Amino acid sequence: MKFAFTDEQQMLRDTSQAFLANKSTSVAVRQACSSPERHDTALWQSICEEMYWQGILIPEHVDGLGLGWVEMAIVLEAAGERLLTSPLFAVAQSTAALVGCPASEMRDLLLSSMAAGKVMSLAMGNQSVGWDSVGVTASETSTTTVLSGEARFVPFGFAAAKLLVVARDASNALTLWVVDPQQDGVFVEPTPTMDQTRPMATVRFEQAAVTSDQLLASHADELVSDTLALSRILTVADQVGVAQASLDISVDYAKERSQFDRTIASFQAIKHKAADMMLKVESARSLLYYAACTVDAWLAGEVDRAALHEAAFMASACASDAAFFNAGSGIQMHGGVGITEEYDIQLYFKRARATESYLGRPSEMREAIAYQLLEGDVA
Amino acid sequence: MKLTFTAADEQFREEVADWLNDNLRDEFADIRYRGGPGDEHRFVDERKAWERRLADGRWTCIGWPETWGGRAASIEQQVIFHEEYARAGGPGRMGHIGDTLTGPTLLAFGSEQQKAKYLPPIRDGVAFWSQGYSEPGAGSDLAAIRTKAVQDETSGQWKITGQKVWTSLAHESDFVFVLARVDRDSSRHHGLGFFLVALDQPGVTIRPITQLTGTAEFNEVYFDDAVCDAEDIVGAPGDGWKVAMGLLGFERGVSTLGQQMLFQTELDEIIRIAKSNGASRDPDIRQRIAEAHIGLKTMRYNSMRMLSGGEDGSLSREAMIYKLYWSSWHRNLGKLAMDVLGPEAELIESGPYELNKLQSLFLFTRADTIYGGTNQIQRNLIAERALGMPKEPRGPGK
Repeated sequence: MKFAFTDEQQMLRDTSQAFLANKSTSVAVRQACSSPERHDTALWQSICEEMYWQGILIPEHVDGLGLGWVEMAIVLEAAGERLLTSPLFAVAQSTAALVGCPASEMRDLLLSSMAAGKVMSLAMGNQSVGWDSVGVTASETSTTTVLSGEARFVPFGFAAAKLLVVARDASNALTLWVVDPQQDGVFVEPTPTMDQTRPMATVRFEQAAVTSDQLLASHADELVSDTLALSRILTVADQVGVAQASLDISVDYAKERSQFDRTIASFQAIKHKAADMMLKVESARSLLYYAACTVDAWLAGEVDRAALHEAAFMASACASDAAFFNAGSGIQMHGGVGITEEYDIQLYFKRARATESYLGRPSEMREAIAYQLLEGDVA
Repeated sequence: MKLTFTAADEQFREEVADWLNDNLRDEFADIRYRGGPGDEHRFVDERKAWERRLADGRWTCIGWPETWGGRAASIEQQVIFHEEYARAGGPGRMGHIGDTLTGPTLLAFGSEQQKAKYLPPIRDGVAFWSQGYSEPGAGSDLAAIRTKAVQDETSGQWKITGQKVWTSLAHESDFVFVLARVDRDSSRHHGLGFFLVALDQPGVTIRPITQLTGTAEFNEVYFDDAVCDAEDIVGAPGDGWKVAMGLLGFERGVSTLGQQMLFQTELDEIIRIAKSNGASRDPDIRQRIAEAHIGLKTMRYNSMRMLSGGEDGSLSREAMIYKLYWSSWHRNLGKLAMDVLGPEAELIESGPYELNKLQSLFLFTRADTIYGGTNQIQRNLIAERALGMPKEPRGPGK
């Protein structure tokens, strides 16, 4: 039992933090958000070429690094800390979905092109706990299959070379397709969002014809449900980073700011708030790395799906609360400047809000746990 | 990062479980699950006998070196022992303070003579210890100690005068370690001594403090020229604070997973009641039960991180939040129990004021956020030590 980073993991953490401290600065994040591409394409390129983070979860035989979920969490936590505006989450989420698909030439092709730096986005539905509200259908015509409907909140969908689309078929089962955004009947619209560091798109399908080689998985209800759990854990990593940075920059500010002839960091009202913030972020971090270890154990067949889903529900509830509490408390600790555009705490606050309910509200996560405890099984 | 124990550790777990299964029965059957916090005054004689049984099996002081009768158990093994002990319903340990506080303190700071005199009886489960830190005027401000120790110039013997308070089970113990001022002109953490004092002597008076539960585990201990031999001061006169603070770092959280197992038993009971009385249909109760479950898991993985930390005994960030976390969680659990029970929570089952388990939990958990450093003191420590925020100026308020 050693619930601590290995030397390699610690090194990955250090290099990730150092790289982003240099590249994803306060100025760079603002420039990325206001650029036409909605992110810094040169930065994404250097992430793919120098850091190879896009390949962390991609198996080695398809040109990835074949590392584990602890490594992925380490990098995404660092990304959250620096408000990284990049398709890293979208790519990790797409990888998680593809790795769960039955083996096929198409699947391996997609994974290796992601390893080479191509962006892919998962169009899942309307992102709520239940998956009965998938907005895209796959229906058979006399000659072909067509996709119709709308998928919302698709991360970096506007930048994707390929879209992975969840659709409900005629038998009411979920299916997963790969679609070219350029193909007929597919319309991708960037969606302006309050948090500009995690841009989204809406993808509309109007009788978009798909062929059988585009079908990645049929009877995919479990796959989609598991991918949702995995996506929550990816989001938790970001939230832990946001929670940590909110604490750090607020404490730094409090140490600088003087009132009543004292630094405000010496007032217990401020110290106790900061202590509560640390308790929140350390707790969320414990559940994040528990969840990451659980994914690795699940992939290795050591634990069942219920364990995976429970870990995701718990970590998501805890980290969503932690990120929002810390960013909100951080604004309060900043006082007046906390609500200005100039200071970064407002960017963390927005990112915390966006991720808080992105894949289900914390209260929904807790209800899922309550259901398991009081009624029956999860997942 | 690895969350599973090794095969050797799992074998150790089996050994502990088997021994407890074979021994925690017959004359000890009645003390299973008894003597925990809020219940420490119960079954004292039986629990002392149980300490001797533990000692016979080499299950006292397992973290001590083998030279002193321990097993030199690793952190993992100590964790496993506590888990299995809690799982088996092992009673609250009468020998806890001697095993985890006095022993490690003497091993680190004690003289050879002190070790030879005091360690074997602790190890054998025949000497019981209590701690004398807090005073009426020294609670959160622990360094405001006024109890004084004066040395007789010819005999070298120390005479101790003053008052300690919140001394758990002093009336059932043989010894107390006392932090007292050796230099009358000193203040705060300077000029203190760390003394090993026998309780059974004319200069010591023990008075129980009746708590809101109607029970009395804590005491006031009065010292009126209580004697302590020259060789029974640990470290040099004036080093008392260093010794006392070293002691606080020894536990390293090995008992936390065992503690959590008791918490799980309490939460399970609350869930059982919620399901049977319909409280489980209340959406707010559902959220809080889930929150409690998540909180308990959080504590587990916080502990795992804490236990996987550096071996140098320095307090990690996870260790600093632990007390604040569990005490707040436990206090909330007490309130959740009452809210699940509703009006039934008021009814006393027997005796003039014999509270049931959940009533005791509710009332006694109000102490959790106070003893061992209040939540406010914990937050100060976190802010100052982990976050590097400045201390608030001392002195009289205006």
